[in-house]
Amino acid sequence: MTEQTAASDILFSDEQTQLMEIAGTFAAHKAPISAVRRQLAAEHTIDAELWREIAGLGWLGIAIPEDYGGSGLGLGEVVAIVEPLGRNLLASPLVSTTLTAQVILWGGGDEQKSQWLPQLVGGAVAALALTEAHGDWDLTNLTCTAERQGDRLVLQGGKTFVTDASMADLFLLSVTLDGAPALVLVENSVLGEGALRREVVIDETRRSYGLHLDGIEVPAANLLPVAGAAGCLKRLHLAACLLYAAEMCGGMAGVINVTLEYLKTRRQFDHFIGAYQALKHPMVDALVGLEQARSHLYHAATVFDMAVASDQRGEVAVRMAKAQAAQAFAFASDRAIQFHGAFGFTYECDAQLFRRRALWCEQQHGDGPHHRKHLAGLLLD
Amino acid sequence: MSISARELDDFRAEAGAWFTANKPADPGFLLPQSFMEVGTDRQFEFLRAWQRKVYEAGYLGMAWPAEYGGGGRDQAFQDIATAEMARQKVPFMTNTIGLSWAGPLILNMGTEVQKQDYIKRILSAEDIWCQGFSEPDNGSDLGNAQLRAVRDGDEFVLNGSKIWTSLGSYADYMILLARSNTEANTKYEGLSYFLSPMKTPGIEAVPIRKLTGEYGFTQTFFDNARIPDTCLIGEEGKGWQVAMKTLTFERAVSGGQAGGVHSMPVFAGEVVELARHALRDGRSAIEDPLVRDQLVAFLIEERGLELNNQRAEIPGLNTEWPGSIAMARKLTHSEWRRRLNQFAVTLQGANASRYVDDPSVLDGGRWQRGYFNAFSSTIGGGTSEIQKNIVGERVLGLPKSD
Repeated sequence: MTEQTAASDILFSDEQTQLMEIAGTFAAHKAPISAVRRQLAAEHTIDAELWREIAGLGWLGIAIPEDYGGSGLGLGEVVAIVEPLGRNLLASPLVSTTLTAQVILWGGGDEQKSQWLPQLVGGAVAALALTEAHGDWDLTNLTCTAERQGDRLVLQGGKTFVTDASMADLFLLSVTLDGAPALVLVENSVLGEGALRREVVIDETRRSYGLHLDGIEVPAANLLPVAGAAGCLKRLHLAACLLYAAEMCGGMAGVINVTLEYLKTRRQFDHFIGAYQALKHPMVDALVGLEQARSHLYHAATVFDMAVASDQRGEVAVRMAKAQAAQAFAFASDRAIQFHGAFGFTYECDAQLFRRRALWCEQQHGDGPHHRKHLAGLLLD
Repeated sequence: MSISARELDDFRAEAGAWFTANKPADPGFLLPQSFMEVGTDRQFEFLRAWQRKVYEAGYLGMAWPAEYGGGGRDQAFQDIATAEMARQKVPFMTNTIGLSWAGPLILNMGTEVQKQDYIKRILSAEDIWCQGFSEPDNGSDLGNAQLRAVRDGDEFVLNGSKIWTSLGSYADYMILLARSNTEANTKYEGLSYFLSPMKTPGIEAVPIRKLTGEYGFTQTFFDNARIPDTCLIGEEGKGWQVAMKTLTFERAVSGGQAGGVHSMPVFAGEVVELARHALRDGRSAIEDPLVRDQLVAFLIEERGLELNNQRAEIPGLNTEWPGSIAMARKLTHSEWRRRLNQFAVTLQGANASRYVDDPSVLDGGRWQRGYFNAFSSTIGGGTSEIQKNIVGERVLGLPKSD
């Protein structure tokens, strides 16, 4: 470890720094927590106007080659957007759209790429239909099936936690085909009445749906031609972990600031309560947790795009980033509720929104112990 | 000053080769892990000779001014030499207070005479330095120091005592915070700061036995000890400002240290190896899922601290709480080290009950002793609790605790 030359593990370009600044300003002005709160009762996670702005800023094409209308950068640059957008808990299909586009890029055919990538860069919404009722984080543990019938694929089974499904133009679906994992693109238009069922989820900024596949057919051409979709699913899983780690770091910074604000203004027993060490010291613990989570995140962002199949560096970095962010965000948001006292017990207090966000992010794509278990295999054996 | 990457690479190779060729052989007795643990004459003499050798070879104080005995080169060279020392796990530089705190302080605010007198001898370990900050009744509350310094003509007369003086038995000089005025408006304004000679009538360093059973520091008594007023650094009555400057060097918030390694690093990977050889229910402890989870947690934390150091150098990634990583460094590193040593002790099974000097103790009792000694860093130099106050107040902007 000491053999690494200084600063080689974290490379952050001027472009990334700029993106981070712009997204930070965007989140502060266009999506303050008050606006996010107002959106809780709305049909979609984000209103159409704001989504068009996000597309207009080019953020949906950051990691898409210029040939398809993107900027030709990588997921490391997407991290620079996702972290600041997570700060005030903005929810949007940005991550699911980005990830779907990446999978098409990695494993799609030329026609699929030229059909879908420009649309997704331009603001078409994509949703991920990966998780199943058993809740296993192993994305290759699939009960949904596709069966070939002529030039059609007949789908069967159900998916859960399909976020932003009601906005989606396209679904990325994982199934078993001929006994092996496969990835299928499903257009919104083939979904019949009742295929989507709204789910009640802990993070109320999200709109999550169950997707009922029985009776749905798609053209066989919608199958991603990638050989070994399992590898693609693993890469997708790690990319999702990277972006969730970014979202969590943003949320952590947000909740630490919300709590600090309270500790500096609330008085009890003639003191601002932030003067009490019983509250001050855990806030430092939260800060220390965030700083380490951020360092892991920027390192993972640095090496993710460099990682090739035989290079475990990317996988180790991403799993560490997700594990650290999950643990630190859980602590910071849990303490945020407690440190707001009785106000923290109310729905009105923002602390609960952050705690709910932290729980969602931790439990999607593997919690801390899950990633540590996989890291143990990579680092100890 | 721009230095080519080639030049630095060449230097790395040269320094690396020198340390490989000159790394001292195992002396046959357990070496301390930092200057705070030097307890016997043979440990001290071994380490002093090693520091002198490194300095004379040109790998210490490389960025300090040449006119005072330094190398007069760019800091980049010293950083490389220091990294080589760490990589090759050579013994640490024992004159830490001189090299890392007093030396930079003297270069920063000392007189020309002080620079001429002290800097070179700090580097060569001819003069060993210690620190006189804590007192029996004033540990964390540094500003309340009570050791009296009464001016008498061009001398000061010292009375009182300092405690937890690492290297106190061996030191030639002490950086000393003393109360020169008991009637000042605030406790801080009554303080003065001295570069005080230790070999002075009336100054006696009495060894203190540590929790490890060893001797590592002293209580230093001052009984009408007279020192010349040329020992002052900074103005009389401005000792608090000098002490605060010292702490920025001590906590590595300010640069300018002479370089070199100052403690023997501990790596989580060493504990992984320990787990491989420890047994649980007839099998290697490393197969135990709970042990694995804890080992990986330590590896994640170690990596996080290491990545923190790299990120701290990139301003664009520290915009929210600039300086946060540096301010929390002592807290995070010392606590991590304490917990890692503690875990390493528990991994040994029933043999965790053995201690240093038992012929069957694992690794000479390194982990048991390391755990106890780790408290020197979680307590010394401002306890972790004080560090949390500092970070909470200066970084997060929380109100001061009464």
